[in-house]
Amino acid sequence: MAVKFDLNEREVWDGNYAASQALRQADVDVVVAYPITPSTPIVENYGAYVGNGYIDGEFVMVESEHAAMSGCIGASAAGGRVSTATSSQGFALMAEVLYQASGMRLPIVLNVVNRALASPLNVRGDHADMYLGRDSGWIQMGAFNAQEAYDLALCAFKVAENHSVRLPVMVHQDGFITSHTAQNVYPLTDEKAKAFVGEFVPVDDMLDFSRPVTYGAQTEEDWHFEHKAKQHKALMDSRTVIDDVFAEFKELTGREYKRVETYDMEDADVVIIGLGTTVETARVAAKNMREKGVKAGVVAIRCFRPFPYDEVREALEGAKAIAVTDRSSPGGAMGAFYNEVAAAMYTSKSRPMVTGFVYGLGGRDFSIEEAERIFAEQQAHADAGHITTDIQQFSGLRGPHLGFFKTARG
Amino acid sequence: MAITSIKNLKEFSTNNDRFEGAHTLCPGCAHSMIVRELMNCTDDNLVISSNTGCLEVSTAVYPFTSWDTSWIHIGFENAATSVTAAQVMHKVRKKKGTLKDNDAPVKFVAFGGDGSTFDIGFQWLSGAMERGHDFTYICLDNENYANTGGQRSSATPVGAHTSTAQAGTHSYGKKQKKKDIVSIMAAHGSPYVAQLAPNKWKSMAKGFQKALEVEGPCFINTVSPCCTEWKFDPKDTINLTDLATDSLMFPIYEIIDSHELNILYRPKNPIKVEEYMAAQGRYKHLFKPQYRHVIDMVQKDIDDKWDLLQRREEARL
Repeated sequence: MAVKFDLNEREVWDGNYAASQALRQADVDVVVAYPITPSTPIVENYGAYVGNGYIDGEFVMVESEHAAMSGCIGASAAGGRVSTATSSQGFALMAEVLYQASGMRLPIVLNVVNRALASPLNVRGDHADMYLGRDSGWIQMGAFNAQEAYDLALCAFKVAENHSVRLPVMVHQDGFITSHTAQNVYPLTDEKAKAFVGEFVPVDDMLDFSRPVTYGAQTEEDWHFEHKAKQHKALMDSRTVIDDVFAEFKELTGREYKRVETYDMEDADVVIIGLGTTVETARVAAKNMREKGVKAGVVAIRCFRPFPYDEVREALEGAKAIAVTDRSSPGGAMGAFYNEVAAAMYTSKSRPMVTGFVYGLGGRDFSIEEAERIFAEQQAHADAGHITTDIQQFSGLRGPHLGFFKTARG
Repeated sequence: MAITSIKNLKEFSTNNDRFEGAHTLCPGCAHSMIVRELMNCTDDNLVISSNTGCLEVSTAVYPFTSWDTSWIHIGFENAATSVTAAQVMHKVRKKKGTLKDNDAPVKFVAFGGDGSTFDIGFQWLSGAMERGHDFTYICLDNENYANTGGQRSSATPVGAHTSTAQAGTHSYGKKQKKKDIVSIMAAHGSPYVAQLAPNKWKSMAKGFQKALEVEGPCFINTVSPCCTEWKFDPKDTINLTDLATDSLMFPIYEIIDSHELNILYRPKNPIKVEEYMAAQGRYKHLFKPQYRHVIDMVQKDIDDKWDLLQRREEARL
């Protein structure tokens, strides 16, 4: 029986510590991990809880992130609750096995503390690792602060382990900005948290020998397509489960989460749509712009996969000019997030103007002033009735202005 | 451990096993003999993992499976990791009392070919051995990447022709020596490592049972002659294995607690490696005059290694 961990009603935690407390309260059976900045404290803390008897689980330090996710898969198939954490290069090294985890329908929770991908080597936050995971078949949720890193980690287990979902979930938080910034966090009591997450009920348990299971079979052109389509359907169907889990969480805590969050959007003409901590910066900028008479609003993606196309369209319908912010090097295309939003808005009635901004790579700060400049530019598009710049621009970049891609619309 | 004692081969062949015959391994492949022997040598529950390779692709092609026990395959490199993490989960669930049958003994076994063991999965294997999990890793060593059409691995012996170490007018095949995987695994501090062969099925069963019984990470390299890539008649698999063990190309031995070396088979009349090589197509170029010296080179290497093994056995170091 685990030693009781004393918690205050209000704690001062950074995002990493908040996530690790969620792992403790969820009674995670096995954490298989390899350290990497800035996510290391999440698994270090779990190890400390094991070392001091605060949890009855096991902590396995392996020799690489590839092995960490491989171990998570083996442990999860053995019928218990499994979690780990990683960032950046570690995430990239895991890439092969991320696809195996989702293909085998294993409810692993991976805390991803977002960090840039080398080269050049960079330990600061951008969303390159998060983008790398976008086709891996995992559910991806985004926390914008420490409280959310804690709340969403608890929700993640409940979503992943729902028997109609049975898919792994990533909970993202921004490297350093969230992971290392101490903030007020209101945790649940252990009793409430445990009751919310619930008991782990295994499916296809490798340790139930009355019903042997084969994990990781081969399928070629005869069956592979059906398996992948079924997996995609499960991912799409998880949307209602996520909504239900968020509703239950609101009932318990009063804290409300939606797959798409909207701020000041009732009458907004110009909008910034973003991911991660950028959202909080943009919200302050929107308030400032409204004081100047610009009807500015912010839309944030809580659930990057499955991507909420319908909710994005509904949130942005009626806006005039939208700036999509991509915190990842686009590698010869529009930003991936831009493409998602543009696709959603192509199905809208109003077909607003949509431009993209690449910003904040390698942890470059995204300031309120920068967000205000972006709003002002959207207002200029709205006033002119057409896009007055290139579709893709770089915000906060030193040196000559960079812009790519034009529009043929008037 | 519940040990199944097998008195003769007939009993062995009719034993109620957990590895179904309906797999797609090549006729004459030794892999299935070795796997069946492992699964028949214990009555305990088994969690088996496999690296990508011949065994894996031939035994779990949806919607069929040959495994009448828990089995998992993830990738080419990580069978040691998946099975040891499952073993950790077993430990936690046993403590928490959440297993279906909390008292039933369970053994954890990983299989890999030589490509995944000596090469691409080497780090994962080393990590699992270092962490000291209670599991057994069995390498099915057929000395090449047979599953992908016979490329060289670091287990391929000197002089063998493979598709990526070709014999021709300017090359005698593979130039590099085979990696000494058994010594490397013993150096991890393993309580039990061995090299075994399916023709010596009694010592193989005994070795498997020792590995399953002893607590800690155990490693066994098994010679698995590959009729397809070594190029011999499928009916001769065991005859060829006899040549492998009698020429001392594959000495049969165990190392307990990384120092106590015991030779498990001493051929009364060791044969020359030339005889072993002559029985396989992969060495046929070595019988051309310009490459005869390679046979002598390999023979010298075998003699030196056998001498070393005997000295290690005597010295207990």
